Amino acid sequence: MISEQLLFALCGIGIFSIGLRATLIHQQLLSRLLALNVCGAGVFLIFIAIAYRGETQIADPVPHALVLTGIVVAVSAMAMALALRHKLKDLNDE
Amino acid sequence: MNNPMVWVIMLPLLASLITLAWPRRAHWIGLLFSVITLAFSMVLVYQVFNGGPQTHELGNWNAGLGIALRADALSASLLVMAMLVFTATTFYADAYFSDVNKRMRFWPLWLMLSTAINALLLSGDLFNLYVTLELLGLSAVALTALSDNRAALQASIRYLSIGLLGSLVFLAGVALIYTGYGILDLELLAQRIQAEPLAQVALTLMSAGLIIKSALFPMHFWLPAAHASAPAPVSAALSALVVKVSLYIILRLWIDVFDVVITPASALLIGILGAAAVIWGSWQALRAERLKLLAAYSTVAQLGYLFIFIPLITGLPEGQLRETAFTALVLLALTHGFAKSALFLSAGVVQHRAGHDRIADLAGTSRALPLTTFIIALSGVALIGLPPSGSFIAKWQLLAASIHSAQWWWIPVVATGSILAAAYTFRVLGHAFGPGDSAGKVLNWGREEIPALTLALFATVVLGLGSAGLWDFISNNSQFIGG
Amino acid sequence: MNLFNSLPLLILLSSLLPGLAIFLLKEESHGLRTLLNLLGAVTKLLFVAIMIWGVFHERDIEMRWALGPGLELVLQADALSVLFVTLSTILWLVTTIYAIGYLENTPHRSRFFGFFSLCVTATVGLALSGNLFTFVIFYELLTLATYPLVAHKGSPMAVRGARIYLAYTLGGGILLLIGAVWLHTIAGPIEFTQGGLLSQLPHLDPNALRWIFLLLIIGLGVKAALFPLHGWLPQAMVAPAPVSALLHAVAVVKAGAFGIVRVVYDVYGVEFSASLNLLPFLGAMAAFTIIYGSVKALSQDHLKRRLAYSTISQVSYIALGTAIVGPLATIGGVVHLVHQGVMKITLFFAAGNYAENLGVHRVSEMDGIGKRMPATTLAFSIAVLGMIGIPPVAGFISKWYLGLGALQTGDGIWVIPVLLISSLLNAAYFLPILYRAWFKRAVTAWPEEKPKTGRWEMPGALMWPPVITASLALIIGLFAAAPYSPLEWASLIAEREY
Repeated sequence: MISEQLLFALCGIGIFSIGLRATLIHQQLLSRLLALNVCGAGVFLIFIAIAYRGETQIADPVPHALVLTGIVVAVSAMAMALALRHKLKDLNDE
Repeated sequence: MNNPMVWVIMLPLLASLITLAWPRRAHWIGLLFSVITLAFSMVLVYQVFNGGPQTHELGNWNAGLGIALRADALSASLLVMAMLVFTATTFYADAYFSDVNKRMRFWPLWLMLSTAINALLLSGDLFNLYVTLELLGLSAVALTALSDNRAALQASIRYLSIGLLGSLVFLAGVALIYTGYGILDLELLAQRIQAEPLAQVALTLMSAGLIIKSALFPMHFWLPAAHASAPAPVSAALSALVVKVSLYIILRLWIDVFDVVITPASALLIGILGAAAVIWGSWQALRAERLKLLAAYSTVAQLGYLFIFIPLITGLPEGQLRETAFTALVLLALTHGFAKSALFLSAGVVQHRAGHDRIADLAGTSRALPLTTFIIALSGVALIGLPPSGSFIAKWQLLAASIHSAQWWWIPVVATGSILAAAYTFRVLGHAFGPGDSAGKVLNWGREEIPALTLALFATVVLGLGSAGLWDFISNNSQFIGG
Repeated sequence: MNLFNSLPLLILLSSLLPGLAIFLLKEESHGLRTLLNLLGAVTKLLFVAIMIWGVFHERDIEMRWALGPGLELVLQADALSVLFVTLSTILWLVTTIYAIGYLENTPHRSRFFGFFSLCVTATVGLALSGNLFTFVIFYELLTLATYPLVAHKGSPMAVRGARIYLAYTLGGGILLLIGAVWLHTIAGPIEFTQGGLLSQLPHLDPNALRWIFLLLIIGLGVKAALFPLHGWLPQAMVAPAPVSALLHAVAVVKAGAFGIVRVVYDVYGVEFSASLNLLPFLGAMAAFTIIYGSVKALSQDHLKRRLAYSTISQVSYIALGTAIVGPLATIGGVVHLVHQGVMKITLFFAAGNYAENLGVHRVSEMDGIGKRMPATTLAFSIAVLGMIGIPPVAGFISKWYLGLGALQTGDGIWVIPVLLISSLLNAAYFLPILYRAWFKRAVTAWPEEKPKTGRWEMPGALMWPPVITASLALIIGLFAAAPYSPLEWASLIAEREY
């Protein structure tokens, strides 16, 4: 029987792989950025799974802190990517 | 708070925020803070020199829960190099950007870049390395996009997405390490790490991420466009510093923390990639049509040399030979940092005055811009590895290490790389020596040429003739190479 | 640090500092540039004079500067380095005067004289190197300093010539570097030691030493223009005349030959090289180059090209002398280092004068030139006679000792026919020039004649240098037995080597 922790971790790895594959094969910028987000979500899920220490104990706070930082970084990076894309589009339209 | 490690991170961060709030005085703040930060980085080197590797636990939280800053000879010497390059380039940038709008956007990002580089070099744990890598990547991308043209924007988006991918792969490796060992602190990790599959997979993931970021062949494809289309001072920092700090993490992991995990085969593999980078990068540099593109491809090649050192260092027995090879690696990294930034800054001067940087149309440059041509020649000397540059001594030791460790196959790679480097350097100089009409004074654009000249002299004369000090410094104060 | 130990550095600085200062000068500041040039050259000569005295009285002249584990910059003076330093310094002074006259009113003079000084600095540094590491450094610096001089004119031809020059010399430099590093890894720092360093070290793998010797000799042979590594030399002829003169007489070609002498005598040791069977290889290469250069020179109509092939041939006498074991051959080879320099620089000055004054570039245009330019042609003739080996000009002394050395060893007897054939060939490609110059009637108009201005056939700065060097060639030939003469020094060197 698979433990819940392992299940989540495997899911995380699965999502990460799907995202990775999509990042590498998609040519279009927007799809690529979305794929990167999926990829990131996978990694974050792995971290959340790591934090789990069983029913009785509270979860390990360190991975949680890491995930929070990671999400902040990922969101700002994505915002910047979108801003750059917008700017590029403006240049193309001119 | 009276630790220089804290200050070299806090000062640029503070300066970045001030310039954001007070853009009209931004250049003064930038110059002032970078000079002070440079001074603090020198204090740090002094401390390491006298007291060995330094550790500072922020807010007195113990490593494990808290965040530790660490400096040994490797990080301290890279830090001083980074600050010297950064300060010189700051002076250059002050003269380079004429557009008010661009200046306003430049300064906060520029100082943030310095914050990220310094913080990365002093980070003592894996997660902090991830955060600083991201901070570095984001500020670098934003700076690349400052050029405001299509090529630069496209390159910066590509740079951003490939960088994000690299960080995520790295982060996945970090997650594995935490699963297996429950710690992220590098020093503690180095004691506990075992040669087991988990550690191997984690190292592979982290290295893959870093290889993307440090543009090791064949993951170099994003670099030339990004480095060649950014504004000159930004290109200088990208090529001299940004890729190099990713390489710094690889070295830290491969030679220091994970040394028990490394197998000769994996070291050989990374060395072969390095060799391919040397040949391919140099060849592409030779074929490049623009000066900045040439400089960017030359970065790909020069980073390759640094990777060739890894199988040599791990292949040598612990002791003096290994220390010598390791110091030669640091010397080459430092020399390249100075030389490449000088080259990019000079390319910027050429581009500004001539309106282009097409190599085939550079005729007359040696007359119109004699000092700039001289700087290009000096940095070329360092890139080829000719005396009196620091890279000559580094290459001497690289060849010696190949012979000592019976890995003779690197010798033809180094020889070919040097010949190609000579070919692309003198191709530029050959065109520059061509006839032209306008004769210029020796020193025409002092505010741009003097910083570049300083950097070029560091690469050639200072590191070439003063390298003995580095040898003592590295071999006595390194956490590396056992002993 | 006492005066003697700082002498090598002072000698380097006396051309380095003026060179760097000249770079910063404006194109128009002709007077200041000339002053700096001459000041540097004269100061250097003064220091060299002190050094000669010091070496003769066996003072220790040495300074060291560490660059890393096992890597030290060592500058020192022994008899051999003093010989080469003196030659370079004197010929630099003369060539500077010539170059000032030659380049009058041409562009880029600050750049030219700056690199000219750097080139001499590198040559002198090479002469004063105390170990192989330092030698390699200055060897590469010399390549760098001469490239802009060859490319000086900036024409596509010049840039192409410079590129070929660079490809050869940097390629050779890499082989030299690999050889030097290899030797370092098996034998430690390679200090130049009289009698040879390696011969004193036991337990070295002879096969490795043979391979290293090959690498070093090929690396050095490129600059010394040994066949088949000589291809750059005729191409580098596009350089201005003073550069060609310096390149052929002291700087580049001589640096290679000097390096070969150093490697054979002071790294391996001549007897040790012989016991490794290395010298027949070097001797054969040198002998072939001597004949090859002379044969090629026969068919060249272009005067400078004929001289270039003659250099290829003549410089190999030095390598030949090195390849024969025995003090007499050593004397012959080493003294030729000086003799060839003095004679060849005269020839190039003269060739430069013909081109500059009358636009004469080809041998076939030289009919009757002796009447129009008697002083230059007289100097040219003296040097030519010396090259052929006719007494009492200096070249005779070199060939005489080489021949004696060959006879002395017995198994070097094959050298005698090489010397004879080469002298005949020298005569065959040089004497027709003299015949044309003195005995044929001049054509009606010279290709590009400059109007005569002063009382001499051409400006003094151009006319006097060949006259001075030709007289020098005559004097060192006539007074070869006098104290402090090149021959005396070469004997001193040979004495200390055996």
